[in-house]
Amino acid sequence: MSDILFDTSPLPLGSGADGFRRFARLISDLGNTGATREKTDLLADYFRSAPVRDQAWTLGLFTGRKLRRQIRTRQLAAWLSEWRGIPEWLFEESYHHVGDLAETLALLDASNGDGRPEGDLSYYMKMLHAMQEMSDEEKGVCIREAWSKMDGGQKFVFNKLLTGGFRVGVSAQLVIQALARVYDTEPAVIAHRISGDWDPATMDADAMLRGEGRSFDLSRPYPFFLAYPVEGEPGSLGHPSEWHAEWKWDGIRGQVILRSGTWSVWSRGEELMTEKFPEFESWRTSLPNGTVLDGEIMAMRDGRPLPFSVLQTRIGRTRLSARLLKEAPVGFMAFDLLEFGGEDLRTKTFLERRSILVDLISSVGHPGLQCSETVAFDDWGSLTLRRREARERGSEGLMIKRMNSVYQAGRRRGDWWKWKLEPMTVDAVMVYAQKGHGRRSNLYTDYTFALKDGDRLVVFAKAYSGLTDKEFREVDAFVKRNALEKFGPVRTVKPELVFEIAFEGISESRRHKAGIAVRFPRISRWRTDKGVDEIDTLDDLKRLLEHYGSAGNGSEETS
Amino acid sequence: MIRFTEHGLYCEAGDFHIDPWRPVRSAVITHAHSDHARPGHGHYLCARAGLSVLRSRLGAQTYEGADWSEPVYRNGVRISFHPSGHIIGAAQVRIEYRGEVWVVSGDYKTEDDGISGYFEPVKCHTFVTESTFGLPVYQWQPQTVVYDEIRNWVSAQLDQGRSAVLQAYSLGKSQRLLDALRPFDGRIFAHGAILQIQEALRADGHDFPQTKRLTEATPAEQRKACIFITPAPVETLKTSRLIGPWRSARCSGWMQVRGNRRREGGDKGFVLSDHADWAGLCAAVKATSAQRVFVTHGFQSVFSRYLNEIGLEAHEVQTGFGSEEETEVQTENAHPDA
Repeated sequence: MSDILFDTSPLPLGSGADGFRRFARLISDLGNTGATREKTDLLADYFRSAPVRDQAWTLGLFTGRKLRRQIRTRQLAAWLSEWRGIPEWLFEESYHHVGDLAETLALLDASNGDGRPEGDLSYYMKMLHAMQEMSDEEKGVCIREAWSKMDGGQKFVFNKLLTGGFRVGVSAQLVIQALARVYDTEPAVIAHRISGDWDPATMDADAMLRGEGRSFDLSRPYPFFLAYPVEGEPGSLGHPSEWHAEWKWDGIRGQVILRSGTWSVWSRGEELMTEKFPEFESWRTSLPNGTVLDGEIMAMRDGRPLPFSVLQTRIGRTRLSARLLKEAPVGFMAFDLLEFGGEDLRTKTFLERRSILVDLISSVGHPGLQCSETVAFDDWGSLTLRRREARERGSEGLMIKRMNSVYQAGRRRGDWWKWKLEPMTVDAVMVYAQKGHGRRSNLYTDYTFALKDGDRLVVFAKAYSGLTDKEFREVDAFVKRNALEKFGPVRTVKPELVFEIAFEGISESRRHKAGIAVRFPRISRWRTDKGVDEIDTLDDLKRLLEHYGSAGNGSEETS
Repeated sequence: MIRFTEHGLYCEAGDFHIDPWRPVRSAVITHAHSDHARPGHGHYLCARAGLSVLRSRLGAQTYEGADWSEPVYRNGVRISFHPSGHIIGAAQVRIEYRGEVWVVSGDYKTEDDGISGYFEPVKCHTFVTESTFGLPVYQWQPQTVVYDEIRNWVSAQLDQGRSAVLQAYSLGKSQRLLDALRPFDGRIFAHGAILQIQEALRADGHDFPQTKRLTEATPAEQRKACIFITPAPVETLKTSRLIGPWRSARCSGWMQVRGNRRREGGDKGFVLSDHADWAGLCAAVKATSAQRVFVTHGFQSVFSRYLNEIGLEAHEVQTGFGSEEETEVQTENAHPDA
């Protein structure tokens, strides 16, 4: 009875009582179509008719607002055992099979309501918020009550909100496009109106989207402009004299903003990270008021970039010890200037923005604030040659930007291109497998790979991408036939399948078994032609590390 | 009384195998799906209701049919067939020898689908059960609910001038779809594999809506906004170019899980299975009053552990049916009719 299918009867318009139903229906409908146009239509229809106070929540959820997990999995398992007579081990088996906690709960709880929960999304979000103060027993009462009125699909959505894992297959960009249609304006305008920090519980989304009601927020970042990868060679871009090139750096894309004395640091994921980088304090006082810099937050010592793995040791830490600050110093590699003297520069050309930026950075004159270095070239051939220097400099490759282009919003083809280095590769054998999530739940798609070290195998990387659906199914079937041991959701697998693993960077690491961390590992191809005795060794990986690993220190002064 | 051998389930006293996966002299067959009914045996004994379909699949062989519950003896072993509700003509096999009774379920579903016969609980000492959907996340909606969903979806496609493609296994699920789609008689086309089965069933006196072959010669106005039933993904067929704009839906028990639905479901996934769901498996085991249960193809480790916990003696058995633990969607050796 607990199938996740939504009731398909028509919904009455305008009333708030069916708000949750409407939201759950939207999630289901979005999942049922792969067509971007249909998704945009669904979103636009939803925002035209949803209860006003639900709009802010929906917007927040779809643009990546994080939810706090309200309940431990173990507690949920205990309730299912108590309420439905399902032993905890059987809950575990079910969870492993389904691959999604919220869905497992919805499927196991066979009490189907009439699918007409009273209340809107906002009501349930308030309930979840209130749970923070509740005992487990009180939470249980709330959840059971909510479930009793919902059908399978609604329960699934509710559980997603409850377990803090809310993600739908919709990009923020798509939501912005739909809203631009509803409010009859440009996507870039919407993107800016909804950026920054606001609370869905108190925000009037309609006013915000109309550009009213919300005083201009001093911390608000501009929507980021994102580059597309160059396809093939850059020669097709046109005459080299129209293009500017600079090194591409591997860090966290961010904006630093100083307005009326308010200082904020934003990541591209629109996460406010001001507190995480106290060393920026030492140079921000030299910036004039009304400045917005776009660039890369990077591990950096004395103006020289360090590998990404150094930055990684700081991300996610809430407390920054003096030792950590010393071992993993962070700086900002600026490459664009979006606001200067309080003036929005985004409609000026790249060249104009760049020239003000260069002057600004040199006037600050602090090693923690760098300007990304220009890579001079006369023709595409010489740029191709210069790209080869990238790895030695600790850079990922090149950025190529059209000199007379304005700063756009989102990922756009045409003006900004990234031209990354060919990745490094090794051949490795799969030793562990785990089931994926979302579209891949229920299939073994997450693998761990090992290299040879004498007679032993040493684990060095995990990868989740790079195979076709068909190949994933074949590997999945192999895992099921050749699983040796079970460790929770992980299966150890007979070391037999060999894959070429590609990665962007390499550095020493005490946290990894192999003593080496690789950056962005992925499967570049399945070496069905190779056996496990033909894989690469840990020594091969160490040679790559010696050659490129200390790269961060090879870079020149860039200001 | 029955041993699990490399050829299959073997009854030594009667010298016959049940659904053997390697060639044997004398085979007792539960139903015509290819993992249960394989070619190359010397003699085939099955329920009379399943004979015509079995013959249409395996061609010229030596067949013997028995009516429901009619005893057939082999060296003093009493064999009888009882409806399993899985597909048309599918049977459980009851075996009795010197007062001991075993029932081999083959595949079964406990809900009456209206065309495959009603699952008959048969008392026994030992029950051999399948476990394709032996996890509590698999609980089916009543057939009427699913059929309504399917008809509504089909109507919606046709109303918008699109063809509705339903992907379902040719033997079992396709007949249920035809049964559900009676109101659309005259607009239904089917893949050749289904047409062949329909021919055998019609010759046997079964009444189904008309199923037509779809070719380039079919008039264009009939091809547009039609219903097409196919066991293979429509995008892999030439037919997809003949039916105008279309939407596809997959009908399978695996569609219960969202990941499968998104991966394999086409535009829509309907949860429709010819196997018992979790509650059905539990109820069926209970209804046999068996004290000992052998659990075959599907989630045999999970289901047998559960049965042990509720006080039965249960064992897992590896067979050549379906595939191994966690039989899943669309792997090459997955249970095709799920």
